Amino acid sequence: MAGGDELVLLGTWPSPFVTRVELALGLKGLSYEYVSQDLRNKSELLLSANPVHKKIPVLIHNGRPVCESSVIVQYIEEAFPGDGAALLPADPHDRAVARFWAAYVDDKFVTAWVPTFRGKTEEEKAEGMKQLMAAVETLEGALNDISKGKPFFGGDTVDVVDVALGGMISWVKATEVLAGSKIFDAEKTPLLAAWVERFAELDAAKKVLPDVDGVVEFAKKRIAEAAAAASAN
Amino acid sequence: MAGGGGGDELKLLGMWASPFALRVRIALSLKGLSYEYVEEDLKSKSELLLSSNPVHKLVPVLIHDGKPVCESRIIVEYIDEAFSGDGESLLPADPHDRAVARFWASYIDEKMFTAWMPIFAAKTEEEKAEATNRTFEVAETLERALRECSRGKPFFGGDAVGYLDVVLGGFAAWVYAIEELFGLKQFDAARTPLLVAWLQRFVELDAVKEVMPDSGSLVELHKARQAQAAAAADDDDDEAN
Repeated sequence: MAGGDELVLLGTWPSPFVTRVELALGLKGLSYEYVSQDLRNKSELLLSANPVHKKIPVLIHNGRPVCESSVIVQYIEEAFPGDGAALLPADPHDRAVARFWAAYVDDKFVTAWVPTFRGKTEEEKAEGMKQLMAAVETLEGALNDISKGKPFFGGDTVDVVDVALGGMISWVKATEVLAGSKIFDAEKTPLLAAWVERFAELDAAKKVLPDVDGVVEFAKKRIAEAAAAASAN
Repeated sequence: MAGGGGGDELKLLGMWASPFALRVRIALSLKGLSYEYVEEDLKSKSELLLSSNPVHKLVPVLIHDGKPVCESRIIVEYIDEAFSGDGESLLPADPHDRAVARFWASYIDEKMFTAWMPIFAAKTEEEKAEATNRTFEVAETLERALRECSRGKPFFGGDAVGYLDVVLGGFAAWVYAIEELFGLKQFDAARTPLLVAWLQRFVELDAVKEVMPDSGSLVELHKARQAQAAAAADDDDDEAN
């Protein structure tokens, strides 16, 4: 890593989007300062670094902020081309396919997952789970097509798709506990189930994937708070 | 990679009114690339579309030497990378500038497009006013983006049109159509002067004039869709009775 590179990451420990960025930084072997944020009392730094959305993660590189986890991951890849393994392949078509599936994780997988634990009614949660399982099935097909028998979406090494989905692992496992049903089921989606275990074993993942029990407790607290607020209204 | 010369077969599956397909047409135009354009009937999607984009079944799809690329922003980046020798680079060179461009492109799709939908759906004047106010907030934010990205130059991309100009510019014809349909100026001289000037400049570009649909046709399309929806509702009423 070039001398003089100052990296600061604004985040919160439960955020899977922050985890994605930490994964990318770790895979590239980059050192950074992590500054934990209180989202109920946002810091001046956060508000000035992300005035549009006021959200984490924000990566600040030599004073310049980058926002949105998928934008940050691509930034890390482009700003540090010599460090660690490439997170995107060289061929333009392969790159487009990788970007497509990373976007799919956000547009379909994450979007479906949120109501499975934040849904206000059992119907909402069930509908979320249905959409989520459909997305999981599609991702199984994608992994089958893209990896061609290799361990990751990126082949032998991890790419932006692995990072996008990998950042969600602790939350997926926590949701399995809360919902009482498997999301990455070894019988229905064997490739993804194997991929999860393999990804979680990576050094970079072991360092930053939040503890699943901690995430379950956090989620339960949030669900209880939301229920209390709803009944107070 | 070789430019638009021998061996590069490009086919674009699109729909004439789609702002997302328009983005891709503008990008191809800017790069001076030849391609076969296939107009899709979205009510009766072709086998080619369904097999090229099985996940979303949406246009645009760019098929390059038989290999499909989907999602308009991803296609624009692909065109820039696969044809890096042709025309100007669409994405800026500096990684931070690229990140800023991608950030705003994501904002445009997440916020601007969704801010417009309620205007089309509004049934009362109140609903329309509320929807309109939301679009003004988005436009004002984009005005700041333009100021930040252009640094005093004519386009988001600087002196030349770039990725972000193309991403926003895909909506250009609909900006005019919305004004005609609802009397709503999306970009107005008092609130968003830079965007007003930018839009005028953008639609004057040869590469854009070549491919932009006529806003009057979009107005007719919307009216036809409204009429069809109303007729279907009437049929439903008749059946219920």
